[in-house]
Amino acid sequence: MQTKTRFPIDFFSYALKGGAKYYAWLGFLSIFVVLWAYGNYFQLTEGMIITGLTDQTSWGLYLSNFVFLVGVAAAAVTVVFPAYIYKHEDLHKIAVLGEMLAIAAVVMCLLFVMAHMGRPDRLWHIIPVIGIYNWPHSMLTWDVLVLTGYLILNLVCGVYYLYKKYSGRPINKAFYLPLIYVACVWALSIHTVTAFLVNTMPSRPMWHHAVMPIKFITTAFAAGPALIIIAFLIIRDNTKLAIPDSVFDILSQIVVWCLGIALFLIFSEIVTEFYASTEHADGLKYLVLGKHGLHKLVPWFWTGITMMVASFILLLIPKVRRNLKVLPYICAMLFLGIWIDKGMGLLLPGFSPSPIGELSEYYPTTLEIFITAGNWALGFIVLTLLMKGAVGVILGEVKYGRSGQ
Amino acid sequence: MSKPKDKDGKNTGTTRRDFLRKAGYAGAAALAGSATLMANTDNPDSQATWAEWFQGNYRLMTDQEKKEAIERLEKRYSAQYGKKVTVDDAPAIDGVLFGYALNIQKCIGCRRCVKACVKENNQSRTNTEIEWIRVIRMEKGQFSLEDMDKGYPAEAGFDHGVQVGGNAYKPAGVVLEGQHYYQPKKVPEKDAFYFPIACMQCEKPPCVKVCPVRTTYRDPDGIVVIDYNWCIGCRMCIGACPYWARRFNWGEPNLPKEEMNPKTHYLGNRPRMKGVAEKCTFCIQRSRRGRYTACVEVCPVGARKFGNLLDPESEVRRILARKRVFRLKADLNTYPKFFYFID
Repeated sequence: MQTKTRFPIDFFSYALKGGAKYYAWLGFLSIFVVLWAYGNYFQLTEGMIITGLTDQTSWGLYLSNFVFLVGVAAAAVTVVFPAYIYKHEDLHKIAVLGEMLAIAAVVMCLLFVMAHMGRPDRLWHIIPVIGIYNWPHSMLTWDVLVLTGYLILNLVCGVYYLYKKYSGRPINKAFYLPLIYVACVWALSIHTVTAFLVNTMPSRPMWHHAVMPIKFITTAFAAGPALIIIAFLIIRDNTKLAIPDSVFDILSQIVVWCLGIALFLIFSEIVTEFYASTEHADGLKYLVLGKHGLHKLVPWFWTGITMMVASFILLLIPKVRRNLKVLPYICAMLFLGIWIDKGMGLLLPGFSPSPIGELSEYYPTTLEIFITAGNWALGFIVLTLLMKGAVGVILGEVKYGRSGQ
Repeated sequence: MSKPKDKDGKNTGTTRRDFLRKAGYAGAAALAGSATLMANTDNPDSQATWAEWFQGNYRLMTDQEKKEAIERLEKRYSAQYGKKVTVDDAPAIDGVLFGYALNIQKCIGCRRCVKACVKENNQSRTNTEIEWIRVIRMEKGQFSLEDMDKGYPAEAGFDHGVQVGGNAYKPAGVVLEGQHYYQPKKVPEKDAFYFPIACMQCEKPPCVKVCPVRTTYRDPDGIVVIDYNWCIGCRMCIGACPYWARRFNWGEPNLPKEEMNPKTHYLGNRPRMKGVAEKCTFCIQRSRRGRYTACVEVCPVGARKFGNLLDPESEVRRILARKRVFRLKADLNTYPKFFYFID
């Protein structure tokens, strides 16, 4: 029993120890948490009126980030799948880091859902048995189901693996491997359902197309591993964990091909809508070209597309893709590009024009940006601590009986 | 009527209530101090008693629970607005399915219906200003002789100058190319006609389908209602509504005491709180008591008709039988019970 109580203590005391750079990073993130608290004080007391949302554009920054981060969470599978299904040896050793990313990303998703809700105090209404869970009718309940399941799967898999390593006991494969396989499929489900949440509304023709789920998955499997590459490079440069080049090679290949497919799907969507140019194309036109003098999203969209196309072309060149000095910058660029395209670039034109044809532009308020940045910072704090602790376990530095007991 | 509803309500409602009572008591005792403090503020939301926070979905409450919930609300509203406020809980009437018909030929765009609706239904007056009815001004549009040749491509080039399309028209009002912010000195305007919209009370309402907590549902008389106390403010319904009929209380609603209509219904015009969705309910507080909706009553040209779709002699049914009728966005299969017609 004692190993079980020591594990979290050892894990987090290791995770909280670090050099000046490490504390500077955590300190930097904490600034945003202060802004987050400030923003939340106003949103919780005054209501959603402190945001830039309106009856016309009723989903904005919060839900855009939610949609994007579900993808990042799902992308843990790009580490776990090659490790366990293709038996990629080098990835296998650090696959648990992918699970840590999934946990942190789902935490961010939940924070953004809470920020989006007008009545977070009534969250219990959606809990089955004590509340009403409108399942299977409401797509949102499907999303809650798959996201909660995914969080639990990753917590169980991640904590189990780390705990076994920590206590020096072998992993029970009959228990662990089936969970890993389920988690791989489950990862696809979370982003598919999030796409269904958005694209099952004929009231919003811009979203009402069947390409959405696969586009979500391809963009997720480009942006997610891009973030993982950056995280792994930081770990490699700052800890004793030697992550071999082969890991970056396979991850960057996943990135480039998923990005390629994503660009193709964006292209198909534009051709399909623009050629016939029915009323249903108005949302996409507003995004890509602007409409009736409203152009706010146009530079936004083109910045995102440029970033994605540029990263794709750069990554196609093997020399560039394998240059680990340049790779993180390209990854950062495409991460940002996809965040633009799949975040507000996707959600806002669904609301403009509105179902009665009204165009409107949405500007997030400062408080809204504070809360958004704070949610990201909180997620990154969780991510940092989990990854640091997990690296310690993999290295054998966090081990039962090691920390002077 | 509605026997099965009560039976359902007893089962589910009681279980949940019991559970919450047990779970709630422990926490409630500790929080009692802060609750007393909160109850003394002017913020109507804070004045919501703990019981109100713990109450279940209206649709599933037992009759006793409904009675208690309504007593709580009447007390709270009366204190808050300084007058005797009643909260009706009249259920759907057997054999009645409400329907609406609007004569777009007659509508003059005066928006008296909009104002009467706001007054009747206790919408927030300012910041945010909520109106359930919006009147869209549709341009009549025209085809012009001068623009006959201004087709495209304008010059011979790649496609040999063969015109593929023209520009000889201006928006002709055949689709929803209008706007609802018009401010003319006088209505009706010469070049426009008017197209009022509000909740269409769909038979297959997309908003109800997407609601994760079933706070919005179709009552047996066909009215799509919202239990404001159960809404979690996720705004899925606002996304799903193809008619832009739903409004959100972005902040605490601003309803001046003197303008508050004290005759309310639980599922209708009772004062709302911040963070919940709302929309037209066919004036449920009136219609379930055999009265016309406020918009029907106020319309100066008689463009608005309301009645029982199941009664062949009702005005709406006679319109459906005799006039040229259409529904908005019929292609979406939402089956609105709000019909437009021309003479």
